[in-house]
Amino acid sequence: MSKLHVTTTINGEPTEFLCEPTQAVLDVLRDQLGLTGTKEGCGSGDCGACTIMLDGRMVCSCLVLGAEAEGKKIETIEGMAQGDHLHALQKKFIEFAALQCGICTPGFLMASRALLERNNNPTETEVRYWLAGNLCRCTGYDKIVRAVMEVAADMRGAAR
Amino acid sequence: MSKQKYKWVGTRPDRPDGADKVTGRARFGADFNMPGQLVGKVLRSPHAHAIIKSIDTSAAEKLPGVKAVVTAKDFPEQPNLIVPTGEMQVNLRDITRNVMAREKALYESHPVAAVAATTDAIANAALALIKVEYQVLPHVIDVAEAMKDGAPLLHDNLITEGVKPVPTKPSNIAKRIDNVKGDTDAGFKQAEIVVERDYTTQPVHQGYIEPHACLASMAEDGQVQIWSTTQGHFQVRGFCSRLLNIETSQIRVTPTEIGGGFGGKTVVYLEPVAVMLSKKSGKPVKMVMSRDEVFRASGPAPGGTVHVKIGAKKDGTIVAAECTIALQAGAFPGSPVGPACWTSFACYDIPNIKVIGYDVVSNRPKVAAYRAPGAPISAWGVESTMDILAQELRMDPIDLRLKNAAKKGTKTSYGPVFDTIGFVETLEAAKKSEHYKSKPKPGMARGVAAGFWFNVGADSSAAAHVAEDGTVTIISGNPDIGGSRASLALMAAEELGVDYDKVRPVIADTSSIGFNFVTGGSRVTFATGLAVVNSVRDLIRECKVRAAKTWGVDPDGVIWENGCAKPAGSNVGEFEPLSLAQLAATAGKTGGPINGHNQLNAQGAGPGFGVHIVDLKVDRDTGIVEIGRYTALQDVGTAIHPSYVEGQMQGGAVQGIGWALNEEYIYSAKGKLDNAGFLDYRMPVASDLPMIETVIVEVANPHHPYGVRGVGEVPIVPPLATVGNAIARATGVRMTDLPMSPPRLSAALDAATPRMAAE
Repeated sequence: MSKLHVTTTINGEPTEFLCEPTQAVLDVLRDQLGLTGTKEGCGSGDCGACTIMLDGRMVCSCLVLGAEAEGKKIETIEGMAQGDHLHALQKKFIEFAALQCGICTPGFLMASRALLERNNNPTETEVRYWLAGNLCRCTGYDKIVRAVMEVAADMRGAAR
Repeated sequence: MSKQKYKWVGTRPDRPDGADKVTGRARFGADFNMPGQLVGKVLRSPHAHAIIKSIDTSAAEKLPGVKAVVTAKDFPEQPNLIVPTGEMQVNLRDITRNVMAREKALYESHPVAAVAATTDAIANAALALIKVEYQVLPHVIDVAEAMKDGAPLLHDNLITEGVKPVPTKPSNIAKRIDNVKGDTDAGFKQAEIVVERDYTTQPVHQGYIEPHACLASMAEDGQVQIWSTTQGHFQVRGFCSRLLNIETSQIRVTPTEIGGGFGGKTVVYLEPVAVMLSKKSGKPVKMVMSRDEVFRASGPAPGGTVHVKIGAKKDGTIVAAECTIALQAGAFPGSPVGPACWTSFACYDIPNIKVIGYDVVSNRPKVAAYRAPGAPISAWGVESTMDILAQELRMDPIDLRLKNAAKKGTKTSYGPVFDTIGFVETLEAAKKSEHYKSKPKPGMARGVAAGFWFNVGADSSAAAHVAEDGTVTIISGNPDIGGSRASLALMAAEELGVDYDKVRPVIADTSSIGFNFVTGGSRVTFATGLAVVNSVRDLIRECKVRAAKTWGVDPDGVIWENGCAKPAGSNVGEFEPLSLAQLAATAGKTGGPINGHNQLNAQGAGPGFGVHIVDLKVDRDTGIVEIGRYTALQDVGTAIHPSYVEGQMQGGAVQGIGWALNEEYIYSAKGKLDNAGFLDYRMPVASDLPMIETVIVEVANPHHPYGVRGVGEVPIVPPLATVGNAIARATGVRMTDLPMSPPRLSAALDAATPRMAAE
């Protein structure tokens, strides 16, 4: 089967790639474009480690075909920091020790940013349900939830 | 207390690898690639138990793009020799068979062959072309079934160890162990109350989010490089050397960042296969497990049966205790039944103890270590029984434990006498905690349980190098699985008297630092921390020599204070202090580079104790348990970086909650795993939980310069019974079988209230 030519935008950069018709965006990012910050934990959409944004929608990149990215805008963890400035969530995750091994962290950060862009005043329950699609086996989620709540509070403070 | 004593120890700075891990820069197991690499994949047995009559790989070898195929024939036979791996032991004869099945496939997904090909699709097509002729045998999954006479035998040569007279017939019982202290028969005669129960637990997976992965390259000259996600790259080197008959120094293993392990990454699955595929193909070979393979073929923790009998006086004084534990080892001998037995009553000072353990094989994947291996299983039985005892005596469960608590001088059932330990302090902290002093919210009930883990020391090597500008690199050899770089750097900074950010911790490959035992046993901050502290002390000693040379005085006349060499007194002479930067600048004239080294076998690991408290609610219709409030308390010796100590306590507690409420391996009648995915193997998610409160108790370990005990394992020991005890108090129904999942719990509630169920 011949490869498909896909034109897309990744973290603001126009990008073209060739992919197999059966290849997931996750594999394109990791194996062809060298963007290994997006992680594979299950390949079945259950762990959220491969969370990216596709045209502003939060998706598991293991469940989206490379061909589906045609004409769309992809955002990954590699685009989260601006220049040498970490995103507030990235800083807070480090400060609050919201990561131990760090394999789930890119997915949690992408999902958390998506939440706060929609709702900068989430309750703890809202944070917990929004992040229920992301598995972390190290932290017990406590410090992750606290970090997200704290960044939300900072964002509201800054907006005031 | 550490806060006043130290400048850096006990503070919470950013971890040195933080930015890498929040930006996607950090490279984990599957993130390494080499030019020209091949894809390696494993063919696995579809049967739980079968003789491998023949394997025909000819069609696969002919497929264009296939560069190598291996089967057990490519791996040399190994002696019947037991070697340590992490906290467990493995037999080389068995491990080579676990890596690649020989005579028989012993569990579903046991590897039988592997291929290396240019693409993923070709590798998969090649696997489909391999013809394996199996003779399917009856299988046995359950541990109690496997122990019965007439059960299908996994190994024709397996004679039970530890039994007199030596059995004449093989069985699935690999080993029996006995621990006896005092005389339990006499002890139970003094008892005024005896509680006796049987418990079961199911196997659970460590559940690390990163699947096993490695990249291996064997060059034409026989030198091997491996990048592997592992808790012990020196173990990967050692196993590959043994299993492939390659000299150890020819193999260089670089540990990648590791996406969780919890004990499950202390063994090898892929690495020897990848090296053999690389040898045969002449190309680098990358292998990554799927999640399905991780569940079906990498080590879960065992399930088992626990029988507990405790006898006490009416005032709560325990006079005798017995426990019999049988654990699934999986397809090969070597469950953590030893630690399960030794930890069972370690929390208590009991005059008469008898513990019997059985190590039992069955047609399941070979178990691997999982956070305090074995201890949660025996604690589930013992701590549930303690709660029944407390209820029958109408005693507060913490008071019952305080009355019988092990303390300095208590002799354990397995031999050692405890030095300074903090169980009493931890129980008292639990009693005084805000959580325990509060009343449970309406509808909620409270449970309490305790837990113990030895913590281990073992081999570590470290070095400390001063750079030309006076900043310091500390080099050690344990993969950082949860913030250990930060704790090592904090201790080094404290020792040196310089700022934390002037010390850069590095984890070296197997060729760049001396041997280090695995990241496991809660040993890194203790043992490798000790090696780092000692290497820094060696470096300081060298700095004093250089200052003495600069000043023309005796090295004994130089002291080290706040990051500077200073004269010990006015009698030595009047000299301005020399900083690390100044000493580094003149190092070429005073003897060359300034480095420190240390290697040790760390003794005196401090035992750890934890107490957990839960408030929970049970939905009587669905059997769903809602955790309302949870507090973990633990004596950690000294918390070097309290945030990562809390993180260990929270993470361990939540793994234990999953073990208690949901997680289990479910097998079909054919011996196949029915829930080999995260959707059906239900680990806790954020919405299942409240915040996990922590109380750090610090009773310093006298055998470590900063009092470190080790933290990571204790927190998974108490939760199973903590949750079960609360469920019993919430519903009046004592659950003895794990997991207490909604279907099981609602069935138990229905059985206990037949009239209500009938309505």
